[in-house]
Amino acid sequence: MIQLLAFYLFAALVIAAGAFTILARNPVHSVLWLIVAFFNAAGLMVIVGAEFIAMLLVIVYVGAVAVLFLFVVMMLDIDFAELRAGFIKNFPLGILIAVVLLAELVLGIGAYRAGALELGTPDGTGASLVGRSNIESIGALLYGRYLFLFETAGIILLVALIGAIVLTHRGARAVRGQQNVARQNARKPSEATVNTQPEVGQGVSL
Amino acid sequence: MIGIEHYVVVSSILFVLGVLGIFLNRKNVIVILMAIELILLAVNINLVAFSAFLGDLTGQIFAMFVLTVAAGEAAIGLAILVIYFRGRGTIAVDSVDHLKG
Repeated sequence: MIQLLAFYLFAALVIAAGAFTILARNPVHSVLWLIVAFFNAAGLMVIVGAEFIAMLLVIVYVGAVAVLFLFVVMMLDIDFAELRAGFIKNFPLGILIAVVLLAELVLGIGAYRAGALELGTPDGTGASLVGRSNIESIGALLYGRYLFLFETAGIILLVALIGAIVLTHRGARAVRGQQNVARQNARKPSEATVNTQPEVGQGVSL
Repeated sequence: MIGIEHYVVVSSILFVLGVLGIFLNRKNVIVILMAIELILLAVNINLVAFSAFLGDLTGQIFAMFVLTVAAGEAAIGLAILVIYFRGRGTIAVDSVDHLKG
């Protein structure tokens, strides 16, 4: 009973937060609604016993991605009112496509409920949940069968890291009045100054 | 009792909301990126729900990889956004034609 109640609470909140994310006038509010959506999605995952993915969702999304979004939204000086100009114009097309997509998904779920789709049963080759805790079995699977995929994920993150730095790096700019200590120390008075006694009206040749 | 259908319905609605967000905010690329995050969240809910109800952990492993790619995509997308803003002073993306493709 409490499980059912929690499910409906989290489900309603995640859908409401998702709707507010795309409808909010201010992108800062959008980011905050996105955080609410991720928290509630993590709650949904906890209900079915996937604690590790739920915690990962909170840590990675709320801790990293949402903060990244907030940084960019607040760093750039953007006129958001101008960006909303096409909102009303695009509304009918967007609703149409959304309704068509939702109808297709409802048809798919209806086909499943009518018994047209077989989900299949676990054949024993997949890792089962029984016996150990969620995080223990995920760790065994991740560092065992999916080790190479796990390392590939690491390489993807490395490429994203380097890519983001390369894209936004401006390069070393020449700083005005930069000091070259070695050149400064190597300067001698005999090279830097010269005594002349020019004739009147002759000038100095440099 | 909660069945797999409940989770599939929630993730379907979230997915459609994400697609709708891309169409509604066609100029504001930041909200478009957030809508893509919503779509990926819907996919993750689906993967985790099926993993739990079928008793096979592979879905949760796959959800982790989706999470990895989503994080990388957000970082690269926002980096491109920052350099686009530096060059043009706006982030209206409905008329991006630098490449004349």
